[in-house]
Amino acid sequence: MNRSLSGLLPGRSSQPGKRVLPGFALSLGVSLFFISIVLLLPLTGLIMQTADMGWERYWAVVTDERVIASYKVTLWAAALASIINGLVGLLLAWVLVRYDFPGKRIMDALIDLPFALPTAVAGITLTALFAADGWYGQIFSLFDIKVAFTPLGIIVAMSFTSLPFVVRTVQPVLEDLAPEDEEAAVSLGATDWTVFRRILFPAMWPALMTGVALSFTRSLGEFGAVIFIAGNMPYVSEIISLMIFVRLQEFDHAAASAIASVVLIASLILLLGINLWQARYLRRLHGR
Amino acid sequence: MHERKTMRAGDQPWVKWSLIAMAFAVTMLMLVIPLVIIFKQAFAAGGANYWANLTDTYTMHAIGLTLLVAALTVPINLVFGVMLAWLVTRFDFPGRKVLITLIDIPFAVSPVVAGLLYLLLYGSNGWLGSWLMDQDVQLMFSWPGIVMVTVFVTCPFVARELIPLMQQQGREEEEAGVVLGATGWQLFRRITLPNIQWALLYGVVLTNARAVGEFGAVSVVSGNIRGETNTLSLHVELLYQDYNVVGAFASASLLAGIALITIVVKSFVEWRQARQRAPLDDQSDNR
Repeated sequence: MNRSLSGLLPGRSSQPGKRVLPGFALSLGVSLFFISIVLLLPLTGLIMQTADMGWERYWAVVTDERVIASYKVTLWAAALASIINGLVGLLLAWVLVRYDFPGKRIMDALIDLPFALPTAVAGITLTALFAADGWYGQIFSLFDIKVAFTPLGIIVAMSFTSLPFVVRTVQPVLEDLAPEDEEAAVSLGATDWTVFRRILFPAMWPALMTGVALSFTRSLGEFGAVIFIAGNMPYVSEIISLMIFVRLQEFDHAAASAIASVVLIASLILLLGINLWQARYLRRLHGR
Repeated sequence: MHERKTMRAGDQPWVKWSLIAMAFAVTMLMLVIPLVIIFKQAFAAGGANYWANLTDTYTMHAIGLTLLVAALTVPINLVFGVMLAWLVTRFDFPGRKVLITLIDIPFAVSPVVAGLLYLLLYGSNGWLGSWLMDQDVQLMFSWPGIVMVTVFVTCPFVARELIPLMQQQGREEEEAGVVLGATGWQLFRRITLPNIQWALLYGVVLTNARAVGEFGAVSVVSGNIRGETNTLSLHVELLYQDYNVVGAFASASLLAGIALITIVVKSFVEWRQARQRAPLDDQSDNR
């Protein structure tokens, strides 16, 4: 319908640098208003609450022995979960991009299930599977391994909820790889492993690292899936998010805020780091 | 489309099929079986019991509240997401990159921290909350608070789906529209919307899935009052803690159903987008 009009008006070419399109003021206004009210204003409550505490009390709260134990459990579990997801995600991305087989589309669609499934549902489901009388729990108990209600359960829950990250970051990069280098290497007699290690992996690893970092960030904050399966034993299987929750239920808002401020700063640093890292390697990709 | 005959790494049949077998095993163990378990547990006491669990007064109330939260959250974030995507992909201005980073905050922040932020500001001890209390407005531990944190948690989804697509499509078509004298609304309605409709649909579906299923943030601000501030996700937890496992899984099965719809819509959207691109790909292949 626009095409029919094109002959009627003289062409005014758009000058670069000048805003041609309408809606700048409106979209800027709405976006800034929304971001200020929804994302930034709530931060003031946390800042005021922690500022009231005084440094000594703040330090005592965030370095409390039970809280330190929860940092450790959360960091370890998130690290192991994201390494598992790095390996599993690489396998799935590879198979989905490189091969054709029956059921491929269903597999591809199912990868997103952990993002779409509410975390509480994931939590009770994994608990049912890994409990001593569950389908997986029975197998593990043959080897005398307990998963549900131990830190292992935390790793299981975190790997489930952040499974899609690595697959979805590696997949597009694998799809866009130019085949020439690889074909040349294969025709010169390089083994699969050499080609993978020397040609494919170097091209993939920035995306792989991004996926692992996203998976790690998500795992650090995961709450719903974890609390059902973790058992939540103080000093053993209590994650940071739960510590904040526990302090809130004790009506100790100051302590909850202090711990939350640590978590918040850590996640904002991670977010910034991932963004800078992505910008750098995207530039390198396009700069060639 | 032409087939590549050259061998690439991992093309030998034994490598290929063992990797595919491993991927199938992972998909079965990590995704398919958990999905099956939800429905198996939900129907463990028979269909009549399943129906009784869903039509229970508290469950019905939780379903209603959850629908209300989604019905308010999705339009708010739809408008914001489109506005933000338009702003950062159609104009150059200082601070553009900062905005794109800010919008990711809800992805990085733990849902419990998100809930706490709202509780501290709008709760009776917060500076805004105590003022609102004087005006007789209570937001926390009631449904408006649940909607507010849900808006926070889900606000990146629409924008995140739209920004890369609109960036890639460029501004030329809309600029041509301006030259031809189209108004802002005509531009959006006739040029932008047809280009982004499928990504927009997926963004909305993702926002909806998360709005319906949010747990951590909501559980901080809800107060878990049965029959009042209990969303479906929180209801699942309550029933589970009451040792009513079958009831918990019955409610969970509804949420799993929404998750399944979400991934079906995603596959459909990707199939549509691939079909839109296909003619171009064929041309470039034949060159």
